[in-house]
Amino acid sequence: MSQIIDRRVNGKNKSAVNRQKFIRRYKKHLKKAVEEAVSKRSITDMERGESVNIPSKDIAEPTFGVGRGGRRETIYPGNKEFISGDSVPRPQGGQGQGQGKEASDSGEGEDDFSFALSREEFMDLFFEDLELPNMIKTQLAKDIQFKKIRAGYTSHGSPSNINVIRSMKGAIARRIALGAPYRKELKTLEDELALLEEQDTCNESDIEVLKLKIRGLQQKIKNIPYIDTFDLRYNNRIDQPIPTTQAVMFCLMDVSGSMGEYEKDVAKRFFTLLYMFLTRTYEHIELVFIRHHTVAKEVDEQEFFYSRETGGTVVSSALKLMHEIIQERYSTADWNIYAAQASDGDNWTDDSPVCRNLLLQSILPFLQYYAYIEIIDESSPSGNLWREYSRVAETEQRFAMQKIGGPDQIYPVFRKLFEKQWA
Amino acid sequence: MSEKNNNYISQTSEWTFDLLEKFHSEIERIARDFGLDTYPNQIEIISAEQMMDAYSTVGMPVGYHHWSFGKQFLGVEQRYKRGHMGLAYEIVINSNPCIAYLMEENTMMMQALVIAHASYGHNSFFKNNYLFQTWTNADSIIDYLLFAKNYVQKCEQRYGEEEVEALLDSCHALMNYGVDRYKRPRRVSLYDEERRQIEREEYLQSQVNDLWRTLPVDQHKAAHEDERNLWPPEPQENLLYFIEKNAPLLEGWQREIVRIVRKIAQYFYPQRQTQVMNEGWATFWHYTILNKLYDEGLVNDGFMIEFLQAHTNVVTQPGFNSPYYNGINPYALGFSMFRDIRRICESPTDEDKYWFPDIAGSDWLKTLDFAMRNFKDESFIAQYLSPAVIRDLKLFSVVDDDKDNELHISAIHDDSGYRHVREALADQYNLGNREPNIQVYKVNRHGDRSITLRYYAHDRRPLNDDAEDVLKHMSRLWGFTSRIETVAEDGSVSITHECPVER
Repeated sequence: MSQIIDRRVNGKNKSAVNRQKFIRRYKKHLKKAVEEAVSKRSITDMERGESVNIPSKDIAEPTFGVGRGGRRETIYPGNKEFISGDSVPRPQGGQGQGQGKEASDSGEGEDDFSFALSREEFMDLFFEDLELPNMIKTQLAKDIQFKKIRAGYTSHGSPSNINVIRSMKGAIARRIALGAPYRKELKTLEDELALLEEQDTCNESDIEVLKLKIRGLQQKIKNIPYIDTFDLRYNNRIDQPIPTTQAVMFCLMDVSGSMGEYEKDVAKRFFTLLYMFLTRTYEHIELVFIRHHTVAKEVDEQEFFYSRETGGTVVSSALKLMHEIIQERYSTADWNIYAAQASDGDNWTDDSPVCRNLLLQSILPFLQYYAYIEIIDESSPSGNLWREYSRVAETEQRFAMQKIGGPDQIYPVFRKLFEKQWA
Repeated sequence: MSEKNNNYISQTSEWTFDLLEKFHSEIERIARDFGLDTYPNQIEIISAEQMMDAYSTVGMPVGYHHWSFGKQFLGVEQRYKRGHMGLAYEIVINSNPCIAYLMEENTMMMQALVIAHASYGHNSFFKNNYLFQTWTNADSIIDYLLFAKNYVQKCEQRYGEEEVEALLDSCHALMNYGVDRYKRPRRVSLYDEERRQIEREEYLQSQVNDLWRTLPVDQHKAAHEDERNLWPPEPQENLLYFIEKNAPLLEGWQREIVRIVRKIAQYFYPQRQTQVMNEGWATFWHYTILNKLYDEGLVNDGFMIEFLQAHTNVVTQPGFNSPYYNGINPYALGFSMFRDIRRICESPTDEDKYWFPDIAGSDWLKTLDFAMRNFKDESFIAQYLSPAVIRDLKLFSVVDDDKDNELHISAIHDDSGYRHVREALADQYNLGNREPNIQVYKVNRHGDRSITLRYYAHDRRPLNDDAEDVLKHMSRLWGFTSRIETVAEDGSVSITHECPVER
């Protein structure tokens, strides 16, 4: 009458729905906490959870209860010194006081409610409302890869796909069904025959007739085809589109003498944010780092951010290199291509129109998105690169540009760049 | 003793399913010898995460979804991960079969303790205590919870999550006032429940409309209604029931959800009234059964030492001025009382013979069984709290009157104080004293349709600050203005809280 059951195999996240409901309800609080965390944390450290505090009063569930005041009598344990009739001064707060029983049993009644937001939840809030432009469209448009998946059985197909078991099952069923009336008749005739044969007085001709009929029926049953084309079943396989799940992200940065540590740091944060967003959309992401002064060079991440160069600035060199790399390695059939460029806005004057033409003609057609940030005081006058790029932005939806003053502006700018309505 | 000649069931602290079975069958045998009558047991091994899940839904194995359970879960999880609290070793559910959860982290000793405590202690209490027999249906509770979960989910799909959530918030605020104290609920199965729910919805709606079908009345009549013709004719203590049946604007599904919350409150009501008894009873039995195992040579000294350490932790009662003091520990009080009843039966002193002439020297099993069946905390303490226990726990009574600047010690553990301490402690466990007495007093049927609740202030105690917020929920459910009148001890009535609804 008793049983012992191992329930550990059951899922453990029974409360997941309740947790989600809670998070939805307190989104406002959580978002604030997330935004604070984002402004404080270093970018490399972004992908982890966060502990969140919510004031108890915002989260309380009220119930009727008795408040302070009036007269009450309470029993306490552990008397050491009191005798009946003693008077003791009323303690001010703390333990042993008349309200002890009403404190929460966790002993943390008045504290803020605090809990840890998981990494996923943190990132969800962080990325909420953000969506990469054109992403959905291109995902659909570029779904040219297919995977064969099984989808039951069909009644026609190529011989190599015949499913023997299914077909034979069908055949047996058909044979049974078609043979049934004959067998029924056969049985009655056989019974009749047996009866006649028992009686000695029977006449031979009747038996012969019966036997003939029986043979006829047996033949009929035999004639039912063992397997018919009608029985054949084929494994059905259909094409299921595989969304393109890889992306390449080009990071372009000016490393000429005018870009200091500070500017590089801001740029790095911007690249990281874009990278993190892409990791959520694509399974596989490759990064290409191109740095340039008067000449461009493809480098690894370490060198990209930390090695120092000096010299003038020719932005088009980087764009040309990027174009070459796309041609060589990243066919648009297989890759979603994103580019982010950071610069302080300096460029050799004659080069900027070249950049514009390069962008319009040989780069943007292959890209999902191109984001340009200029790390510069918003009050400073726009350089020639900004002017030329503005002309690109006028005509190209996939091109976005923004000026960033300092690290605290990255997050809002990032949101602005990828706001939903750009899609 | 040589290692080979012992009968120990196990000598390691690791448990296996095999050992669980063995321990369980021994425990079951001993429990039966003592005459414990239980529902069939279903013992489930779960992980710590699952235990936290179970925690956050107040131990309901299935429950409707609500953010407050999520909050509960997050709180538990946070405190557990930081090491602020350990998890309970077990959770037991008043159902038939009686489900007990054992954590996989427990040692073999703990599992044995938990089986004795939950599967035989609590289980027999659930099956035999009169409150549980009267107010809960162990057979159908799981079905009902399932029905509730599905129903709430359906409503979320049809009427929107936010809508359902707001309604549940309001119901939860009044949950303690969703209890019938006199009427006996009927037994129904899941199927009946679903069928009846539809009928009920239709019927209720027609009833309510009838109640509120009023022709334009002349205002004088409305104004005088209060004095001449109060409605409801008698004050109603079950606020949720009153709302379910009479709130003018609720739709059928909303009434059903009010009912679900009310039913669950009703299900937990006996547990709230028998904390001391229930825990005391279970603790008494795990103590008695495990000692018996030891006496029979089935467990070794190591097992016993580990057990006594765990047991002592459970029944510790820190003094009022200890930093660990957190009210009277129901395990400690209940355990000492049941132990003491046994002592009074087996070896009564003169004092016991004077205080408990009926039970002194009687058969302890029968006496304990009677006590378990027929009392709740309040009456149990009033009946059985002995001078010996009062002395052991050094109980004393403090009067805190806001008219006085000082607290007064009204009684301690001496001859003149025993009775007073006993009465005061019993009173302390009277739910009616712990929760403010609030009832539906009148509804203005012909005027603004407002509802008036009355709070009967006992010993001049005011309502807490939450009252304002709870009243908002009341107004939301009722759909019209709600207010609380506080009735002082001298009979004077004043409106202390009001939450208007603008229409």
